[in-house]
Amino acid sequence: MNLQLRPALVSFIALSAITGLAYPFVITGFSKVLFPRKAAGSLILADGKVIGSELIGQSFTSPKDFWGRPSATVDANGKPLPYNGANSGGSNQAPSNPDLKKAVEERIAALRAADPGATGPVPVDLVTTSASGLDPHISPAAAAYQVHRVAKARGLDEAKVRDLVATHTEGPQFGLLGDAHVNVLKLNRDLDRIK
Amino acid sequence: MSHAWIQNLLFLILLLGIAVPLGPFIARVMEGERTFLHPVLGPVERGLYRLMGITGQEDMGWKTYAWAVAFFNLLGFAAVFALQKAQGALPLNPEAMGKLPTDLSFNTAVSFMTNTNWQNYGGESTLSYLTQMLGLTVQNFLSAATAMAVLVALIRGLVRRTSNGIGNAWADLIRGTLYVLLPLSAVIALLLVSQGAIQNLSAYVHTASGQALAMGPAASQVAIKMLGTNGGGFFNANSAHPFENPTAFSNLIHMLAIFIIPAALCLTFGKMVKDRRQGWAVLAAMTVIFVMALSVTTWAEAKGNPGLKAVSVDQAATLQQGGGNMEGKEVRFGSGATSLFATVTTAASCGAVNGWHDSFTPLGGLVPLWLMELGEVVFGGVGSGLYGMLLFALVGVFIGGLMVGRTPEYLGKKIEAFEMKMASIAILLPSAAILIGTAAAVLSTAATASVSNPGPHGFTQILYAFSSCAQNNGSAFGGLSGNIPFYNYGLALAMLVGRFGVIFPVLAVAGSLARKKHTPEGLGTLPTHTPLFVAVLVGVVLLVGALTYLPALALGPIAEQLALR
Repeated sequence: MNLQLRPALVSFIALSAITGLAYPFVITGFSKVLFPRKAAGSLILADGKVIGSELIGQSFTSPKDFWGRPSATVDANGKPLPYNGANSGGSNQAPSNPDLKKAVEERIAALRAADPGATGPVPVDLVTTSASGLDPHISPAAAAYQVHRVAKARGLDEAKVRDLVATHTEGPQFGLLGDAHVNVLKLNRDLDRIK
Repeated sequence: MSHAWIQNLLFLILLLGIAVPLGPFIARVMEGERTFLHPVLGPVERGLYRLMGITGQEDMGWKTYAWAVAFFNLLGFAAVFALQKAQGALPLNPEAMGKLPTDLSFNTAVSFMTNTNWQNYGGESTLSYLTQMLGLTVQNFLSAATAMAVLVALIRGLVRRTSNGIGNAWADLIRGTLYVLLPLSAVIALLLVSQGAIQNLSAYVHTASGQALAMGPAASQVAIKMLGTNGGGFFNANSAHPFENPTAFSNLIHMLAIFIIPAALCLTFGKMVKDRRQGWAVLAAMTVIFVMALSVTTWAEAKGNPGLKAVSVDQAATLQQGGGNMEGKEVRFGSGATSLFATVTTAASCGAVNGWHDSFTPLGGLVPLWLMELGEVVFGGVGSGLYGMLLFALVGVFIGGLMVGRTPEYLGKKIEAFEMKMASIAILLPSAAILIGTAAAVLSTAATASVSNPGPHGFTQILYAFSSCAQNNGSAFGGLSGNIPFYNYGLALAMLVGRFGVIFPVLAVAGSLARKKHTPEGLGTLPTHTPLFVAVLVGVVLLVGALTYLPALALGPIAEQLALR
């Protein structure tokens, strides 16, 4: 029987070189020329330092900032480390898991403790963990829910903050793909600029 | 949320728009005809044949063909395994990732060889860029090319008359890779970068506030991971990670990339058997099941988590929020685009995820699970979906033949005992791997300790793992800690059974059919391009799936749903 040794080895090595080296290197080269900023991670720089990526959410906990979604990411030892950009992941809690309900209730309590006036139902995305643990967005409803707290903590006019949220609100892409969203990091950075 | 339904419709229209020209193009490539890519890639193809010492015209019998495919896959396994073991000493490793444990390396190597891409590894936390490129990306291409080759061999079996050969495996593997997968991947990769997917070889970035940002050549890997229906993410969070899937438009590209080749191959089939209606009939059967499944998931996830009814949470869709069951989902996609993605990725044997199926509502999670258990034939994997569906078509004409008392025929070939035996083996082996594997896991304390959610959902996590692996999907109810020896080896075994337990019988059928004479259509022949046959085909797939899995599903998602109400 012909063992096909030579065709097997040669084709495997050659196709590996084409698809595993040439292809990614060529795409890297083209990306660098065509979309240099995006290929490098859409990084936000200030004074020559990297502040973050506009695509990757960050952990905000001060009442003065808009809070992003809860994040279930952990560090290398499995300890909670929200928005760990080197170890993405979600909670994988089932809808029937009592721990999920408990966690949601605790998050609602934290939001209300920071803003006792807000007693209405909380937008669901603000109290559930995202899939990546790095979700940079919240829904416009989740932003609106926090306007009162942020405005008060910063001593700003609520209308001004609401306007800023509106300018940062993006609808579904092309009007029908995905859902409306607000980029939390960009919103908070613009908030810092208001004097 | 009503725009989710429009989004679903738009997806189907775009899919059809791409599949219609792509299908005949693939047929021409696999038949060795000239295409617009030949001026560039033709010399590469011929150069490869010269180096390999073949002409590419040598006709192989099914056993030689099967051996070539198996040997080629074995080399892929060895390469991925070796790279994981040696990555610490190899270049393109800025984060100094060390070697991985043997059981995990074994699982990942089998996983990528079999087009499953089950992720027990952590993308950005354990793998070097070289392993991602030269190991995972390569197998993303070659495992898809393998199944496409096997499919084309099966179609040749139907077309050829009294022939001993079913084609040349090397030519099929090389043509599929060079002319179909490579150019499409390049286009998709650049489209993804244009949306913000990253593509670089830099070390991880550390921000002024101390946040670490994983980097890497993601877009090139992600493009073929979708297109080849592989599904293994560059990052742990797979297509939910903003660096893999930054916008709702990139998300649409991800989903189309999964489905375009499986859909197009139906039309490739129609062209190769010189009766386009045959291809459309199979595509119609797939679409019918897909639309039913999609409707259930979209509806279930949009309704939100019934378990949070008593909590002060607003899950309703309004202009200000997408709402729905948002645990384990990203806001930029929302419950609509995540439901569509979940249905697409499990109807096809892709297994990439843009949200965690583990956190789906019981009914929303049942659909992906069942789609896998149907045998990954609703579009299915590149190549593997259609060869699986053609086996069901053989079963369909067989049942039809029994009803009218005639020898069943498919496309002029008599379907006899040998073909039915092989089809039964190919359908039953993965099912056995799922049910026996789940039963074994439930009896093992080490295996049940990996479960992360209490109650019936915990059982579903295990059932999902074996369904996903045996059907070579690779998505997970991710709360299950699969990185223990029991699952690393047990699931790898399920993947091997589910892959080669189908490929070998399919090639045997191809060989047997190729040898047969053509039987002219008679009065007793069941036409296989009619709505009636589409209904028979849908019925066979659903019945086999329901009869095999209903008891197990009743213990998992159905019990959970009843308890949650």
